[in-house]
Amino acid sequence: MKTLTNAPFWLLLVVIAVVAAAPVALNNVSLREDFFLILMLIILASSTNIIMGYTGYVSFGHIVFFGTGGYIAFFLMQSLQLHFVLAALCGGIAASVMALLIGVPVLRLRGAYFALATIGINEAMRSFVTNFEPFGGSIGMFFNFSVYDAYGGAKNAGQLAYYGIVAVALLTVAASFLIKKSKFGLGLMAIREDQDAAQVLGIDPARLKVLTYTISAFFPALAGAIFFFKNGIIEPGPAFELHRSIEALVMVMLGGYGTVTGPIVGAIVYDRLRSTLITAPPINLGTLTINLSNFHLVIAGVLLLAIVLFVPAGLIGWLRQRFAPVRRYLE
Amino acid sequence: MTPILQIEQVSKRFGGLLALDKVTLNVNAGEIFGIIGPNGAGKTTLFNVINGVYAPTLGRITFRGENVTGLQPYDLSKRGLARTYQVVRPLAELTVHENVTVGACFGRENLPLEKAETVADEVLQFVGLTARRDMLAGKLNVAQKKRLEMARALAARPIMLLLDEVLAGLNPQEVADMLGVVRKIRENGVTIIMIEHLMHAVMNLSDRVFVLDYGAQIAEGTPQQVSSHPKVIEAYLGDPKIAQRFLEGTG
Amino acid sequence: MNLEALIASSFDGLMLGFVYGLMAMGLTLIFGVMKVINLGHGPVIVIGMFAVLVMSQALGINPYLTLPVVAVLGIAFGVVMYFISLHRVINAPELTTLLATFAVNLIITGLMTVIFSTSPRGLDVSLGALQFGAVTILGTRVTAVVIAVIVTAALYFFLYRTRQGKSIRAVANNRNAAELMGIDSTWMLALSFGLGIMLAMISGALLATLFSFTVLSGGGLETKSFVIVVLGGLGNPTGALFGGIIIGLLESITTIFIPVSWVPVLEFVVFVLILLVRPNGIFGAR
Ligand SMILES: Nc1ncnc2c1ncn2[C@@H]1O[C@H](COP(=O)(O)OP(=O)(O)OP(=O)(O)O)[C@@H](O)[C@H]1O
Ligand SMILES: [Mg+2]
Repeated sequence: MKTLTNAPFWLLLVVIAVVAAAPVALNNVSLREDFFLILMLIILASSTNIIMGYTGYVSFGHIVFFGTGGYIAFFLMQSLQLHFVLAALCGGIAASVMALLIGVPVLRLRGAYFALATIGINEAMRSFVTNFEPFGGSIGMFFNFSVYDAYGGAKNAGQLAYYGIVAVALLTVAASFLIKKSKFGLGLMAIREDQDAAQVLGIDPARLKVLTYTISAFFPALAGAIFFFKNGIIEPGPAFELHRSIEALVMVMLGGYGTVTGPIVGAIVYDRLRSTLITAPPINLGTLTINLSNFHLVIAGVLLLAIVLFVPAGLIGWLRQRFAPVRRYLE
Repeated sequence: MTPILQIEQVSKRFGGLLALDKVTLNVNAGEIFGIIGPNGAGKTTLFNVINGVYAPTLGRITFRGENVTGLQPYDLSKRGLARTYQVVRPLAELTVHENVTVGACFGRENLPLEKAETVADEVLQFVGLTARRDMLAGKLNVAQKKRLEMARALAARPIMLLLDEVLAGLNPQEVADMLGVVRKIRENGVTIIMIEHLMHAVMNLSDRVFVLDYGAQIAEGTPQQVSSHPKVIEAYLGDPKIAQRFLEGTG
Repeated sequence: MNLEALIASSFDGLMLGFVYGLMAMGLTLIFGVMKVINLGHGPVIVIGMFAVLVMSQALGINPYLTLPVVAVLGIAFGVVMYFISLHRVINAPELTTLLATFAVNLIITGLMTVIFSTSPRGLDVSLGALQFGAVTILGTRVTAVVIAVIVTAALYFFLYRTRQGKSIRAVANNRNAAELMGIDSTWMLALSFGLGIMLAMISGALLATLFSFTVLSGGGLETKSFVIVVLGGLGNPTGALFGGIIIGLLESITTIFIPVSWVPVLEFVVFVLILLVRPNGIFGAR
């Protein structure tokens, strides 16, 4: 494939890898935790973008794959003492199989109906897991201390989880780039623009969409497996949190719908903004004290609204529109 | 010689409306086959049935000796059938070149991306859109969008091309250009079915003409035979403007 | 199985169903007129709850007497929300309006959290109870049903009997044609959004008289509204009422046969299945 000899492709991956190596090189655990979260958000946003930005199907409940992957991997590690990497892969594959099965009927729905269905699937799954005793029901599951022993203790396990999330982030971004620049990706974008016209041009939309959905389910599932491995505890609420799913959509919009770098930039900006707001010291205006941390939701909302109304292409999309030469380097 | 396309007793019903009523026609390889008829006669519906957008309610369609009734549009595309839309449907947020590349990638030859990109450039050259190559398709004007429709269809390297009113809305110069393109396509050996309201164009270009009214065939034959057919004149008198053009066009 | 328990809980569910129906009607009206799924629906319900709370506690007014004020506030707020968040993108693809209304969701939830915190609240209303054998009917529930029915009737009167209402229906049917007939479609869209928000706020106010609530109660009620709306057919207000009743009954009756915690599983599975099999709702045309 031509993309594999494409400079921006490798440049992007190298930049991510180098930046991600910084906390390890500096041996800075709190920086590592920050980066872990950002990389996880990049995975969620980029994989959402594959189905939403390239194909035009807005998966509101994409977090269902994060939760499913997380639960299955956690269960395998906890009950069957399966190795972390293997368990994560199983979680990823299970989520993809699930996407394949539900994708066939659900991807026939268009627009708002599809969006609603994905919400319904996530909620159904969450309430099911809440009742599913093998997964600990509403209490969830937590590791025995012995689980981390296999990886040289909790501290090493944290390090391992970080390597895992870096690898998955690189994998996700690479997949996103390769898809965008492939014949497959072109077919997806044709479906996004006009599904009926795409059919007449020789594209089988059902096949392409289901395949895309299956791919886009794999990465968040791996992220979920790693996240909950690191946490040592998994509960239905945090695993299937609709809010997180919608945040991923916000990141995609912020950075630029349908671009490769957009979701990455969106995830970084969104995360930095949120944590800046949450940790900001109160502002004193004479007698009035404004605590920004309480306003972080409000500010996120105002920002999102401003983007949707005034910069619908997102940051990267806007740059690409305004400055044609940028297009060669910023996919 | 067996016809390349055989349509036998094809009907299409939309609820209470019989849009196509037992249509039977044959198209020979290499010809330009014109379809005319008043507004709402069912011409576009006939195209939709031929290329699989709708399955016919009744009847049978054979393309290159194979029964293709009820196949999906993408199956037919792979078998060498391409079409343009009467109301243009550009893939608006993709560039002109990408639009045409889609046609080449997923058409009859199912080309890999890089080959398809080359083909797309050739086809853009052929229809005269090279200068607009990197523009977003949604930003083209109407005449350019019609050319884009054509280019996208041609990039699939079709055996048969269905053209739905590619001349409508064009000025005389643009019509002349487009007619040149259609002729060149035929010279390349592509069979063409064209729906057209512009009578002089159909009558000059077509080898045979088929007339549809209220979903049913009312005449078929050479342009001369059709234009002197009493039923055709009667059908068009219901639509005075077209009747006028019709009479002018065939003199 | 206990027949009396069944009757008692069906009554409860039926009554709750009317309020649910009213709640979902706001969502479905907006979708029916402008094809927008209002992701700010939940927080708006919460605004209704807190509006009653504040007025009745600060001013010492009977909660039920605040309802007309809540209604007026609702329309005004809805119209303003329409012009700020939707007007510019009303013809844009669905994703855009989904995100615009979700942004409003974040803003409202954020502001409400700042003002009221997330601690649980409740209204202290009691209207006694009627006892029929094992069936206890709470006065607050009966009142809520009566109000829900009155509001629904008023909505239908407005939509079918008044000029503005007819214009809204014309815009819902075909915006371009309505404009050709001289209808100011922008105002009609704003007004119907206002009505949708009003319905959500009134239902919030009624729910506040029945249950305790927090600033974050909107999320669950919003997803419940989705389920109801899909049951009744997206865009169909009568359908929403029936959908609400079905969900109300389902929630109460099924708890006799299966554990309460399984009810949401059932609800959402039914929701997805209906979307797949009968996207126009169980009463709608296929
Ligand atoms: N999808 C559909 N559903 C219902 N009716 C349809 C559909 N498509 C077409 N029709 C109806 O079928 C009839 C034939 O329409 P068609 O578009 O084939 O006419 P046409 O001959 O192409 O007309 P024109 O010259 O205006 O393009 C019309 O009455 C039209 O309203
Ligand atoms: Mg037509």
